[in-house]
Amino acid sequence: MIVLKRIGMWFGLPAILIAIWWATTAQGVNFFVPKPDKMASTFAKVWYSEKFFTDVLPSIGRLSISLLISLVLGVVLGIAIGLSRNLRWLLEPLLEFVRAVPSTILIPVLLLLIGINDTMKVAVIVLGCLWPILLNTVEGVRSLDEVLKNTARVYGLRGFDRIRYLVLPGASPLIMAGIRHSLAVGLILLVVSEMFASTDGIGYSIINFQNRVAIPEMWSGIVLLGIIGVLLSVAFQAIQKRVLGWYYGLKEASNDG
Amino acid sequence: METQTPTLSSVAVSTLPTREHRVRRAARWTAVGPYVLGVAGILAALIVWELYSVFGPVSQHHLPPPSVVLPTFFTNLTFTQFWMTMGQTMWAWFLGLGIATLGGVAVGLLIGSSEFLRSATHTSIEFLRPIPAVGMIPLAALLFGPRIGAELMIVVYGCFWIIMIQVLYGITDIDKVANDTVHTMRMTWLQRVRHLVLPTLLPYLMTGIRIAATVALILAISSELIVGTPGIGRAVAQAQLNDNPPAMIALILTSGVLGILVNLIFRFIERKVLFWHTSVRSEVAA
Amino acid sequence: MTANKSDVRLSVQQLRKVYGVGSRNEVEAVRSLTFDLHAGEFACLVGPSGSGKTTLLKCIAGLLEPTSGEVVLDGRRVAGPAEGMAVVFQEYSRSLFPWLSVEDNVELPLKTSGVPKAERKERVSEALEAVSLSHATKSYPWQLSGGMQQRVAIARAVASNPSVLLMDEPFAAVDAQTRGELEDLVRDVWKRLNMTILFVTHDIDESVYLAERVLVLSSSPTIIQADLHIDLPDVRSQADTRSLHRFGELRHQVYEEVQFAKINPGGERTAAREELRS
Repeated sequence: MIVLKRIGMWFGLPAILIAIWWATTAQGVNFFVPKPDKMASTFAKVWYSEKFFTDVLPSIGRLSISLLISLVLGVVLGIAIGLSRNLRWLLEPLLEFVRAVPSTILIPVLLLLIGINDTMKVAVIVLGCLWPILLNTVEGVRSLDEVLKNTARVYGLRGFDRIRYLVLPGASPLIMAGIRHSLAVGLILLVVSEMFASTDGIGYSIINFQNRVAIPEMWSGIVLLGIIGVLLSVAFQAIQKRVLGWYYGLKEASNDG
Repeated sequence: METQTPTLSSVAVSTLPTREHRVRRAARWTAVGPYVLGVAGILAALIVWELYSVFGPVSQHHLPPPSVVLPTFFTNLTFTQFWMTMGQTMWAWFLGLGIATLGGVAVGLLIGSSEFLRSATHTSIEFLRPIPAVGMIPLAALLFGPRIGAELMIVVYGCFWIIMIQVLYGITDIDKVANDTVHTMRMTWLQRVRHLVLPTLLPYLMTGIRIAATVALILAISSELIVGTPGIGRAVAQAQLNDNPPAMIALILTSGVLGILVNLIFRFIERKVLFWHTSVRSEVAA
Repeated sequence: MTANKSDVRLSVQQLRKVYGVGSRNEVEAVRSLTFDLHAGEFACLVGPSGSGKTTLLKCIAGLLEPTSGEVVLDGRRVAGPAEGMAVVFQEYSRSLFPWLSVEDNVELPLKTSGVPKAERKERVSEALEAVSLSHATKSYPWQLSGGMQQRVAIARAVASNPSVLLMDEPFAAVDAQTRGELEDLVRDVWKRLNMTILFVTHDIDESVYLAERVLVLSSSPTIIQADLHIDLPDVRSQADTRSLHRFGELRHQVYEEVQFAKINPGGERTAAREELRS
């Protein structure tokens, strides 16, 4: 009974929405919205083909590499800036400015400087994803507990040991929050850079379908982006649960007390 | 490291003046350091940019040095056309953010008010939310053409979820204990909203709006770049087509200034509205 | 203090700490502090609240740089946290690494100072046994009660085998019953492992019950106002020791000193009082 209810909760509303969608498009009057069955078959036809290798995989590859670069750069620089007061003073106004630049606007410049290739897209995504991770890492390092820092000093945690056993884990809740933000920004930048200047990728495909007024195909691309978004967020949550297990336990414990 | 205990008098005489001197100097540095280094950082960045542009591996035409860009940036400020372009972007940004906030709060409150609605909408929200708003750009282009409607559609779609989700977080957070306390105090529905729901919700809402504000700017500019709705994004794309890198980079600097203004405005509002709520500040760096 | 020079573990000489040197609001927290701690001694520093106890302890631990004067541990001047000094802080929940299990918390200092793995394991389990926590090695600190968390911190301090163990009001934040248990535990560990302990507290009963020697601090700017020997029997228990007549007398004596300390910043009136007494 409970299981039934839960299934109802999960699939009830989506089912109703799809039913409404079906009912309103059954006559085929709306030019912009395809019928659900047409949409499903188009989706399979478009993406379950070699397009998966020529467009989907390159997009995913760009996104993953960019996120990885942003993560490494962001955490390393963030720790350095967070630990050194002078470095922070030196870079704070500059960083404040650079991160305020809405990253999509850089696409035309990078296009000129680098050309239409993967490096340009990776550069765009990194320039957008780096800041949330970097700034959150700085914040995380700075908000380390004073008593804990003293404890680490008393027990002689220095240099790399200090970073590995104190700074990184202590900053990890905020670093993870930064990564979550970066994922969303990264997907936006991937799609926009592919739409603006590319010869392959999901963003390129969608804009190409629009130019050919292939409406169901265009929709199938939007749905694909949604699926990738969902998968990213599920994967992220699984990782976060592992990495921050202690943090949730700690919060729960201090809420009870 | 000294291995033997010096006598008392030698300790007092030899270490006291130098130590005190050092401490005094450190205190002075704490006062002026941020300004000195901050300015130095910006100057150094400009110098590196200038040198890279002149001697670096890229063509100076494509990456003009600040000595070329900065004059363009400042003369821009005297053109009405420039201010109109800025105004178009900011208007779309403001309108989109406003509609998304109103919609997000209304829907968030509605869904959040009932346990049933919350669980019934969960899966739909979890699927619709991650669709990147920029995926809608072609659709918006088809529906509206290069007009502000297209830009608004994208900005509203992108920001609506952020704000609604924050409202939902806020509602779940309304403390059970506080809830009971307020019930025993026999407050009316209106008083409860006024004294419990709003104060708890506000920090979450402010966080949502602040995140949405930066995302809105990114989305507005994306749609200007790709659909060609009027604004800075289109101006940059045009400058690229006209092969005018100095204008392009001057506009990018302008967008950075806009971004900083947006941040400052929100920091100011947040400080005014949430002065009592210090604990959220560290929490919401997200 | 006529004991053999070689058996001095910790020597504090004319320690002075002024906050905000060079600014308009200079505050003299510690005026001039001098005392020696001998090997195997258990001494308590007692003072009224606001007597610069924590400042003093941080200077001794090397976490704060004194404005003048010095701290010498095992014949070496302390500049920054010294090897051979272990500290148990009052805020147990904030001094344990929440991302490490109990045994990893105890093991960490040994690991980073390069103790071989086999020896490490042995010392960790010994230390945890000494504080009777052998059953909770895999738990996380936040899964334990406050008293148990403080035991983990004590085990960590003990495992590093310190020359001097500093304790900064370690039991101020636990409930009364747990407190009694922890006091007995500390005395037990001190005797069994033959440690040297400097214990800071604001609780007069606690200082008399625990220590062999009680140093009473004046209120800020701090000096040492009295140095008392506690001649209670070596074997102590919460119920019996506390009801001894001698315990009452000593407590009374410390109490009077602390009362006097409250109105005696910087020890200015100590000399006058000495005259009155004689």
